[in-house]
Amino acid sequence: MTETLVFYLFAAMTVLAALRVITARNPVQAALFLVLAFCSMAGIWLLLEAEFLAMTLILVYVGAVMVLFLFVVMMLDIDLEQLREGFWRWFPFGILLAAVMVGEMFWVLGNRLTAESGLSTVVQHAADYSNTKELGRLIYTDYVYPFELAAVLLLIAIVAAIALTLRRRKGTKTQVVSQQIAVKREDRVRLVSMPAESKIGSAKKQER
Amino acid sequence: MMELLQTIEQTGQGLLGPLWLPLWTLIKIVVVVAPIMGSVAYLTLAERKILGFMQVRPGPNRVGYWGLLQPLADGIKLLLKEIIIPSSSNKFLFISAPVLALAPALAAWAVVPFGDGMQVSNLNAGLLYILAMTSLGVYGIIIAGWASNSKYAFLGALRSAAQIVSYELAMGFALVSVLLVAQSMNLGDIVRGQQGNYGLFGWYFIPLFPVFVVYFIAGVAETNRAPFDLAEDEATIVAGFHTEYSGMGFALFFLAEYANMILIAALASVMFLGGWLNPFHGWPVLGGLTDWVPGLLWMLGKMSVMLFLFLWFRATFPRYRYDQLMRLGWKVFIPLTLVWVVVIAAWMQTPFWLW
Repeated sequence: MTETLVFYLFAAMTVLAALRVITARNPVQAALFLVLAFCSMAGIWLLLEAEFLAMTLILVYVGAVMVLFLFVVMMLDIDLEQLREGFWRWFPFGILLAAVMVGEMFWVLGNRLTAESGLSTVVQHAADYSNTKELGRLIYTDYVYPFELAAVLLLIAIVAAIALTLRRRKGTKTQVVSQQIAVKREDRVRLVSMPAESKIGSAKKQER
Repeated sequence: MMELLQTIEQTGQGLLGPLWLPLWTLIKIVVVVAPIMGSVAYLTLAERKILGFMQVRPGPNRVGYWGLLQPLADGIKLLLKEIIIPSSSNKFLFISAPVLALAPALAAWAVVPFGDGMQVSNLNAGLLYILAMTSLGVYGIIIAGWASNSKYAFLGALRSAAQIVSYELAMGFALVSVLLVAQSMNLGDIVRGQQGNYGLFGWYFIPLFPVFVVYFIAGVAETNRAPFDLAEDEATIVAGFHTEYSGMGFALFFLAEYANMILIAALASVMFLGGWLNPFHGWPVLGGLTDWVPGLLWMLGKMSVMLFLFLWFRATFPRYRYDQLMRLGWKVFIPLTLVWVVVIAAWMQTPFWLW
């Protein structure tokens, strides 16, 4: 009973937030609504006892990806009118895309095979059941090759992203920290010993 | 003590039935949050006193004996101040930003164990929960900077966002090596994994010493404390993301910052310094002399030492420049923690692993 109530609360929040993502006038607000959608989605995953995925969703998407997203959106000088241009021209295409996606979801979720496989019912586990441990066991045994492949793919993406941004501009001045730390007093300061006071005539002679 | 709690639970269960669980949880939350708020208030006083002593001056000493009522006076002053909302700012976001900063800072306390079983929620994925909650704190800062409609606030918010996201990675890898050693993400189990007959030699700070140092420094950077307080660098961007805030809005940001500081101190004690365990347990003479001390006191003592380090850093180090900050995070801490994860994983397979 309570669970159903909580589910509908989170589901309603997700749908509303997702709607606002595409209807909000301001891009920053749209991004913040996307954050809300992620958070309520994490709540639904918690209801499904998938605490590892829920926390990871918050940690990765809300805590890192969306922060950088907001970062970029806030810095852009966006012309709202320009963004709205061509909305009606692309509208039929968007509707078609949405219809295809809804159709696919019906096809997958309403399928007889899905219903028979038991995926549609949540298995209740004991309190000491660790979702994280089970997930770790699965990806490092049964699904180790797909997992390693995904990891390699990500590694390639990292290397490519770094390679794209790694260029040396001419004329920039940077410091080499190791040189800065290794510097000795003798490199920077020269002590000049000179008498505190002297006669005008003899000053020239004592100059080093 | 435990029996008393059990009888309370049983009678409550009998009296209220299904309503008892929410009520009992609420009571637990109040029991955790109220002392945190109190310690935040007195941490500000401690900070000013300690900074004062380090700079050979008395610090606040006018309000109450030894300045002990100073936090109260500050609180009343901030409560009574007018809240100014800047023109053409986003009012809703402007007001909700301090709340968004404070809420995750307090929510993360739900899984921190103060003693054996003394936690609001005994979560299996406690470590992940902590990471998720602390990563949410950055939203308060970003939204505050954007909603203020001020260039200084915006620059402060951007600096802070980049800084927190960068240091979160180093922190995450530090936590990975902790969970590798403890083989659990439950904070209670992590402390129990450090139990042994050798007292503090069984704690994880010995095999994980580089990670411990990285974790704590990254924690200082995450909470925007000196020497990493570039988000509120008064010499270049006035007061950073909270430039436009006055009264309680400003106070909430400070509450969040100090609550986060105490949280980092608590987590460092739980994961590296044995949490509620006695450092002398099992030692010849000292062990017997100190075993009667309750675990809560050890935990609070360790937290206090870590908090003192926060204040000591602030009095000692000059502020980092932004490129130095980024270099330290990306080029020193992240590779160091990554290497140490591999070292620990290899070390644990050898017979020389003693923890």
